[in-house]
Amino acid sequence: MTMTNTFAANSLPRAVFNRAVWTPLLDFSVREVFDIMLASTLQVHEPSANDKDGEFTALVGLAGSLCGVLSIRCSNQAACTMASKMLGLSAEEVDSESLDALGEIANMIAGNFKGKLSGVGNHCMLSVPTIIVGSDYATRSTAVGNTIGAVFDFEEEPVWVTLELHE
Amino acid sequence: MSQIRALIVDDSSVMRKIVERSLRQAGLDLSSVIEAGNGADALALLDGNLVDLILSDINMPVMDGLEFVRQLQSMDKTRQIPVVMITTEGSESNVVQALSLGAKGYIRKPFTPDQVKEHVLPVLGL
Repeated sequence: MTMTNTFAANSLPRAVFNRAVWTPLLDFSVREVFDIMLASTLQVHEPSANDKDGEFTALVGLAGSLCGVLSIRCSNQAACTMASKMLGLSAEEVDSESLDALGEIANMIAGNFKGKLSGVGNHCMLSVPTIIVGSDYATRSTAVGNTIGAVFDFEEEPVWVTLELHE
Repeated sequence: MSQIRALIVDDSSVMRKIVERSLRQAGLDLSSVIEAGNGADALALLDGNLVDLILSDINMPVMDGLEFVRQLQSMDKTRQIPVVMITTEGSESNVVQALSLGAKGYIRKPFTPDQVKEHVLPVLGL
């Protein structure tokens, strides 16, 4: 699944935001990473009063023709399950790997997404992942932009994926 | 199939374990696997260890994978070791740059064990 006509004409390569196209593309990128690396089929998450807070957040910065931050947020339990599925271990056997695994998943989603935007990959770099532990925080961007994302159901746990783009 | 000594370079310990597991699933008989979190640490490891195969990420702190390959190619004792890049940085320019520097193959994350097999076995002549 690769999109074309991504750039503005007569300018340095700069991705042109298209919510109608990019939202399903991000959705597909997330599902593909979970399918290939975790053998998990994600479902759409239906909000519930029993939903736990996202205790872990992984952030990956994008810079170049596409600027912004991709984040993935989930509970401790969901992150442990992700790590166990990636490593083929039981959830009890993973410990600090859950943070590393979440960061790597964020990295792969960001890379997968930009790779599907024709031509963007050559002009967009990714940062190494940053992990935030805890849910009592807020972020504020100094740049104006658009945000796309979705909440997925992973092993009956919500997983929030957001791509905040800067103009 | 003869025994293979592998070096896996990635700043994610989870990814290093996944790559090792994928190599074993590809049918490689690994006699030893050493790991490093970046190119500089990998070069230090190669000072005292002989390996037959290197798999390296590109986007890493301290020394990235492209500079790592460049350093490997500059030294007689490491120039002949086949290097396969495994990275999310799957852009065409990165592929061209990695291959022009001397990497023998390129795998884009996310990857399946079959893709590892497809790209790694040929560079080992298997």
